[in-house]
Amino acid sequence: MNRFARAFAFFAALLALWHFGRGYLPKSYHLLVPDPLSVWQYLVGVGKDGTLLTAVGVTMRRLLLGYFAGVIVGVPLGLLTARFQWASDTIGVLGLGLQTLPSVCWVPLALIAFGQTEASMQFVVIMGTLWSVQISTDDGVRNVPPIYQRAAQTMGSRGLHTWIKVNLPASLPFIISGVKQGWAFAWRSLMSAEIFVTILTGAGLGQLLQYGRDLNAMDQVIAIMLVIVAIGLLADKILFSPWERFVHRRWGTVKP
Amino acid sequence: MSTVTKELEVIKPLKLAISGVSKWFRQGVVETHALDNVSLDVDESEFVCLVGPSGCGKSTLLNMIAGLDRPDSGTIMADGKPVTEPGRDRMMMFQESALFPWLSVIGNVLFGLKLKPNLTNKERVEVAKFYLQLVGLERYTHSNIHELSGGMRQRVALARSLAPNPRVLLMDEPFAALDAMTREQLYGDLQEIWQARKKTIVFVTHNVREAVCLADRVVLFSPHPGRIREQFKIDLPRPRDINSPDLAKNATEITRALKSHRGPLTDVAD
Repeated sequence: MNRFARAFAFFAALLALWHFGRGYLPKSYHLLVPDPLSVWQYLVGVGKDGTLLTAVGVTMRRLLLGYFAGVIVGVPLGLLTARFQWASDTIGVLGLGLQTLPSVCWVPLALIAFGQTEASMQFVVIMGTLWSVQISTDDGVRNVPPIYQRAAQTMGSRGLHTWIKVNLPASLPFIISGVKQGWAFAWRSLMSAEIFVTILTGAGLGQLLQYGRDLNAMDQVIAIMLVIVAIGLLADKILFSPWERFVHRRWGTVKP
Repeated sequence: MSTVTKELEVIKPLKLAISGVSKWFRQGVVETHALDNVSLDVDESEFVCLVGPSGCGKSTLLNMIAGLDRPDSGTIMADGKPVTEPGRDRMMMFQESALFPWLSVIGNVLFGLKLKPNLTNKERVEVAKFYLQLVGLERYTHSNIHELSGGMRQRVALARSLAPNPRVLLMDEPFAALDAMTREQLYGDLQEIWQARKKTIVFVTHNVREAVCLADRVVLFSPHPGRIREQFKIDLPRPRDINSPDLAKNATEITRALKSHRGPLTDVAD
């Protein structure tokens, strides 16, 4: 059986178990365990009337803007803290401290500072991403074998060139695991923020999930959860897989 | 003459003049006297091997010729000009593979060439391919480094250090990690390349036979502090075979000298 067929069979079996297993439950539980078909119907419904697309759009916009801002600031900050002792003693310590703070803890601060706006959502995402990216970049650069720099120097590489052409690519395996972790933090923090705050500028997936709870609509809750899982998987495949494959091919490390 | 032909020209090798070089290293509270008043001249296109037990400062000296390190006192001149920083005229090849894993084979060879102005990218690729052919790796142009054997990796490293057309090649135990068969093959190739490309070569090793097989002159170091003890001219005809009795005779003589200079706390490899 090839890999695709195996995965397909597994999930089909899971769905069948859900659908037929539900029939054996007492009637009073049926509200708690909706039929997969009604979950599907809900998805088709919100898909058709545009609610889902809007919510996904709102969430993805927050996530991607915040996430890329976090990566774009985090990587240079990591290079800086790896290169300069003064940066390591200041920004590095700050990053290490803030990294330990669960990013959802930024939500109250963001709400007070920015109100119920896009800015506060993006702020939470940036804070979730930034420090894990900074720390892994810093780690990566510190793990670059010094012989690479020496070899590059003899070939005429200096200063910024060495940083961009040697230290940065040499720490790529670390940076990738950092941006992946950053993505996980950003995604989690955004979902928690969306669930427990109504943002006036648009309803994201977290808010749809919360409405489902308010309406006691289990099919909606499960459907939105599935969408969230699907986006997470897709992001992994689209954003990170190409880089992981590159590292795997070049470094000859274990296949991701 | 096309740019590539000009780039591939055999250029005048470099002459090195090292005089009164001393170097200390401090690690924590321990201070090591790595080199003590070392003077050495290397002629144009001469092949010199620096031999000695570990800790005798031979690699330190090589690093200083490369400009990666500075002497605490004394001077190192390359063609009459003091060495103050790394330069393309002095390329270094390292013991372990210092190849960049994120680049393909040709990407590695191109690294130094890309830093050379006045060449188009097409010309650079042409030059890189020339050197890959010289080391016999043209079939592996687009391979990844991890796919190559140790010997092939050191060939890529050799091509990479030759590509910017340096005037002196500094080699820091480049074959130490390879098996005997691969090493023997590389001895032959290196001698051929050296004769074809007319480089000055300073080669560090602790393997006496290897030194006798390759060098015009073997310079013997002793440790604590690093000093030059003796020098041996090797007049054997080339190409040399590391298994020949003449070579073994020379090596035995040098090994004996090496052991007589052995300090109280050193290990000697032959």
